[in-house]
Amino acid sequence: MRDRHSIYYSSFAGLADVKKIAPGLAWLASGVVFGAGLSLSGMISPRKVLAFLDVAGRWDPTLLLVMAAAVLTPMIAFRFVLRRDNPLLASKFHLPTRRDLDISLVGGAALFGVGWGVAGYCPGPAIAAFSVDLREPAIFGLAMVVGMFIGDRPG
Amino acid sequence: MEGFTPFAGLSGGVLIGLAAVMLLALTGRIAGVSGILSNAIHAGSGSAERWLFLAGLVAGALLHQWLTGVQLPVRTLDWPYLVGGGLLVGFGTRLGGGCTSGHGVCGIARFSPRSIVATVTFMTCGIVTVFITRHLLGWPT
Repeated sequence: MRDRHSIYYSSFAGLADVKKIAPGLAWLASGVVFGAGLSLSGMISPRKVLAFLDVAGRWDPTLLLVMAAAVLTPMIAFRFVLRRDNPLLASKFHLPTRRDLDISLVGGAALFGVGWGVAGYCPGPAIAAFSVDLREPAIFGLAMVVGMFIGDRPG
Repeated sequence: MEGFTPFAGLSGGVLIGLAAVMLLALTGRIAGVSGILSNAIHAGSGSAERWLFLAGLVAGALLHQWLTGVQLPVRTLDWPYLVGGGLLVGFGTRLGGGCTSGHGVCGIARFSPRSIVATVTFMTCGIVTVFITRHLLGWPT
């Protein structure tokens, strides 16, 4: 009896632990695949990003192909994912529902584009770039976080 | 990494798209890095998971560079450009509700009109900015 109980107990606890850490592992795994993609595509290098934005210089169209492949993959797969009532490890899907256009959207995107054009980093590559160097991602990242706090403050 | 790299670009892009599919299928969340970073720094429920994603970004990039032995060039742009760019990217992505991943990848994949407008806007502004700063002002970016 004792053995049977201890086996039940340990397998029950094991399952509960797996359920508890599974979402965290999913976030981590998604980040790993995303980061590998940023590095493989070259988008982790601000020079390569700026070479795409620099249409009057030595133009490098790579970013266009990265975007095309990165958009087409979920464009095909999201419909299968969303056929389910809920995600595998959470109770519901959290999808943006707004469809209206407003000045914050356009103004925010414009300011973001200017900053992107100055430094060559957008948020994903800026963080993944810690794999290449510390100085640039740290300075840019700190300023980006300060900018986010300003942008997120209420009112 | 110098010049046009179509094969690496396409395969890297597929990985980025797959990461977005994984995150939605498993956690029900959109893979928008500016939103994830914002949720991570505003400590609250779900903050720890966001930090795991951000750590994954670095780990995944390290993994790719370690597996392939590729050495990416280190740039040393003067700090005022990095600070100015960082402030604008942080503020702008929060005001506009997303960045290259949330609007540019996930939003367009969902045919969201807001994301299409945002993506066209930041792409255009990025191109105009590089033209002005590099070719008219002669900035060393």
